[in-house]
Order: sequence, then structure tokens, then C-alpha cells
Amino acid sequence: MNEVLKAVGNVFLKMPLGFVVTLRHFFKKPVTLDYPYKKKPMTPRYRGKHYLERYDDSTERCVCCGLCAAACPADAIYMEPEENEKGERRAKIYEINLLRCIFCGFCEEACPEEAIFLGQDYEFSDVNRNAFIYTKEEMLVKHPRKDNPFKRLYRRVRKVHGVTDKIS
Amino acid sequence: MSLEQKELTLNMGPQHPSTHGVLRVIVTLDGERVVKAVPVIGYLHTGIEKTMESKLYYKALPCTDRMDYLAPMSNNLGYCLAVEKLMEIEVPEKVKWARVCLAELTRIKSHLVWLGTHALDLGAMSMLLFTFRDREMIVDVYEACGGQRMMTSYIRIGGLSHELPPDFEKKVRRVIKEIPAKLNDYEDLLTKNEIFINRTRNVAVISAEDAINYGLSGPMLRGSGVKHDLRKANPYSGYENFDFEVPVGKKGDAYDRYLLRLEEIRQSLRIIEQALDGMPEGPYRAHVPGVVLPPKEDVLYKMESLIFHFKIITEGFKSPKGAVYQGIESPKGELGFYISSDGSNKPNRIRVRPPSFVNLASLPKLTEGGLFSDVVCAIGSIDIVLGEVDR
Repeated sequence: MNEVLKAVGNVFLKMPLGFVVTLRHFFKKPVTLDYPYKKKPMTPRYRGKHYLERYDDSTERCVCCGLCAAACPADAIYMEPEENEKGERRAKIYEINLLRCIFCGFCEEACPEEAIFLGQDYEFSDVNRNAFIYTKEEMLVKHPRKDNPFKRLYRRVRKVHGVTDKIS
Repeated sequence: MSLEQKELTLNMGPQHPSTHGVLRVIVTLDGERVVKAVPVIGYLHTGIEKTMESKLYYKALPCTDRMDYLAPMSNNLGYCLAVEKLMEIEVPEKVKWARVCLAELTRIKSHLVWLGTHALDLGAMSMLLFTFRDREMIVDVYEACGGQRMMTSYIRIGGLSHELPPDFEKKVRRVIKEIPAKLNDYEDLLTKNEIFINRTRNVAVISAEDAINYGLSGPMLRGSGVKHDLRKANPYSGYENFDFEVPVGKKGDAYDRYLLRLEEIRQSLRIIEQALDGMPEGPYRAHVPGVVLPPKEDVLYKMESLIFHFKIITEGFKSPKGAVYQGIESPKGELGFYISSDGSNKPNRIRVRPPSFVNLASLPKLTEGGLFSDVVCAIGSIDIVLGEVDR
């Protein structure tokens, strides 16, 4: 009998507490986003689609050293080197297979030239599997930018090691 | 006239919303009673252990994220501690504290997902929405740290991949501040809810003796009243510096495990608060040339660091011959990494002791003799992640 009373008490006294919790949400702002129209800003370290950086004189930073391909746990990067008109080494073919890529960011970490970065873009669906093999042309930024990750990194390097002389 | 009676064999899964992945349970029924339950696993087998053996030590790390994908930081921590034990690396004090902080955030996150899905299995839909909303705060911390929300790879061999982000403390303080109020909401919704109590109390009971004999760990073991927690019994990563309780259950039923996990979240919050308050200053990576990657600031400035950077990335590092085992208390139980090394730059054999797999083995014991609908509750209260069961 006691058990039954307790159960009845639970149903009529305790369960409405739960309904109150649910009801309170009628008067709160929704936490969801109207996704395709409104987007959540990603953090600066977000690991999205890769891109390749340029120097200020718009030559490519990548020298095709192959360290990113060596660091890649998924073996998603393929590259072949060549020389540009000034005799400098650069990539002739630079491909990332985004279907294999696991977005671990090891390539960005390995790159000694600060050429490859994982950007903020996470929307790259396609209907064609071949479209996921990103070539160098697709990944290179169009123009050198004022504020890019390697400049931020250089500022940090100068701060950490107390470098004061100007870079030419 | 008499009705013919015979046992019925029913296939539950592999695609069943309550199996939390792809688990198949062959259930033999006598009316509504379960006579026999046989879990069939392997539908999510990805060969992670074998894949890790073919990779350099540092490259095998992203594989560990993908085992228990609800608790990536715990997996990273377990693997890194094992490799650090093998290589005899001493990590800086700050790294230890940051790792504890992150591991406890992971525990909260994993328990929140468990709570949501378990309650959803039992018919409480809104719980899932609430817990996923609150989990978002912790996922945001992950994203700020490692750059990704689930596959973080943030804890690395010898330290962390980046310095802790500038807004780390602010974000974690927000978690500490907001979660207790949310926990009270969950308690209002479930703890005294007659439907929830009826579905979980005296369901999926396992005695302390059986729990030990089955080799259970984590909340499954503690729910039966055995006070065993690796954070206390065999402290790692500086857990001996923290003050926290190990909650235990009494009866070992699903309801006890529910209360216990909620209490674990509260204790985790205590640990995180201590870790934040006492976080020492220092480098975010150990200085071990040739083994731990030097920080990027050094690579761009010092020749030696650049050389080591190239060497580690292309060749990895050679490990001493021998074998190590490192167990940690992951949200689901004891997660152990056994690494056997033959002296080369790749592990000779990696074996993971996954808590979900061992805990799942107790499913027949939990369900046999009970009602069929309680199988759902039993699977839910074990807290399995099939990615870890099958690896």
C-alpha cells in the first residue's frame, strides 16, 4: 500500500517538476541555428578544407619538400616537383585526396615552409568522386593576403625568441 | 484444446536504434521472458589495432580518436601515456594538469551523450535534445583546443599539439558554472519520474561478485558497489594531486548506474575546477630531442629544431625493445593500451583493452530471465560504443 501511495505521489507531485523543465523552454531563446542561412563561426584552429599560401610577391610558398606527404597518416597527399622560371623549386603536381583525408592537421604541423593550412571551409560536398581530388590550382589562394596564418606565426616566433631586427 | 508453446528466436539489430551502432543480439524468448541473449559483434570492425601497427608511433594517434568517438581525449591520453611510458618521457607539469582537465571534460561529454541516448531508448525524447545542447559547450572547448569537434588528436606524445587556447579558461569556467544547473534539470526530469524508475529499477542487475568475475570496469563495476577507480587505485597523469570522491551504487541495477553517472559528472566538475585553479605555467611539450616534435616557434628559428622536425616526421623515433601496458579510467571503464616493441620505429603489436567490449560481454547475464523490453535498457545502461567494441 505504501509503495502504491509513493508511486501515486511521484506521478502527481514529482513528474510535474519535469514538465516544468520542458515548459520553461517555451520562453527561452532557441539554441539552434537556421543553418544554411546562418552559420556558426569556427574557431581559428578549425581544421577544414586545405589551402596553399603565397608569398607577398605572389610566388607559391610550397617548395614540394614532401614533408606533408610523409606526415599524412592517411597517405592522401601526392606531389611532383619542378622548377619555375627563376630556377626555384616548386610543385608541378600537388594533389590531396579529400576522400582519404582525415583532417588531422598533421600536414599543417609538418610544413616547414608554412605553405599548407587547414582553413575554415567545411562545405565541399559533390556528386562526383573525382572532384574530391583537389589540385594545386584549386587550393592555392588567389592573391597574397595582408593577415595570414604564417605572418601571425612569424610574429609569435619573433616574440618568443626576442628578435627585434626588421625583416627585409 | 491446448495451445502449442515454443521458444521464439528473434534478431535484434544490427540496425536497431537502441543498439547504439551496429550490434546484433540474438534473443531467444519464452513469451515475454528472455531465455538467452547472444550479442554478435564485428559489424563495425575497422582493424584499428592492425592499422596502428603499420604506422609510425606519432601517426597512429589519429586512429585512437576513432575508437571511442564519444571520448576522443581519453583515448589520446591512454595511447600517449603508454608511448611515453615506453619511451620514458617525463611530460611538463602543466601538460599533466591540462590533460586531467581535458580528460574530465571528456568524461562529462561522454556521460551526457549516454544520458541522452539511454533516456531516449526508454522513451524520454527531450533528454536527448537537452544533453546534446549542453554537450555543445564541451565540444566548443575541443574545437578551440585541437581544431575539431570530435576527432581532436589534441593530446600528443610528449605534450599537447598546441598551446592551450587563450579563451580556454573562460570556456571551461562556463562549463563548470552551467552544468550543475542543467544536472538539476535532468534530475527533475528523470530521477523521480515514475516511468523512468519503473523501466530502470531492478532491471539489468549484476551483483558485485559477478561484476568482478566478468571483468567489468567503470560505472558498471562501481554501480554494483565495488569501489575501484584507476584514478585512485593506480593514479596516472597526476591524478593523485586531486581531491575527489569515487561514487558507488548499491544494487547494481540500471537506476543505480544512472545516479552514479550523474554523480561522476559532479565529481568531474570538481576535478576540473581544481585543475583550472592550480594550472602551473610551463611549456606545452616536453623537450626530448629526436622523439617529441619541437614547437613550431623553434622550428622556424633554430637549425637543430628544424633538423629534428624533419627527422621525426620522416623516420619517427626508435623505441627501446620491450612491452608496456597503461590503463586509464576512461568514461566507460578501464581503457588499456598494450604496446610491444621490437626496437624499430613502428609498434610491433598494439592491443587495446576496450571497456565497452568487456562490459558488453555481461549482456547475457544482465538480460537473461528478464523481460524483452528490458534488453534495450540493459544495452543502454552498459554504455557501449561499437567503434570501441569492434575496433
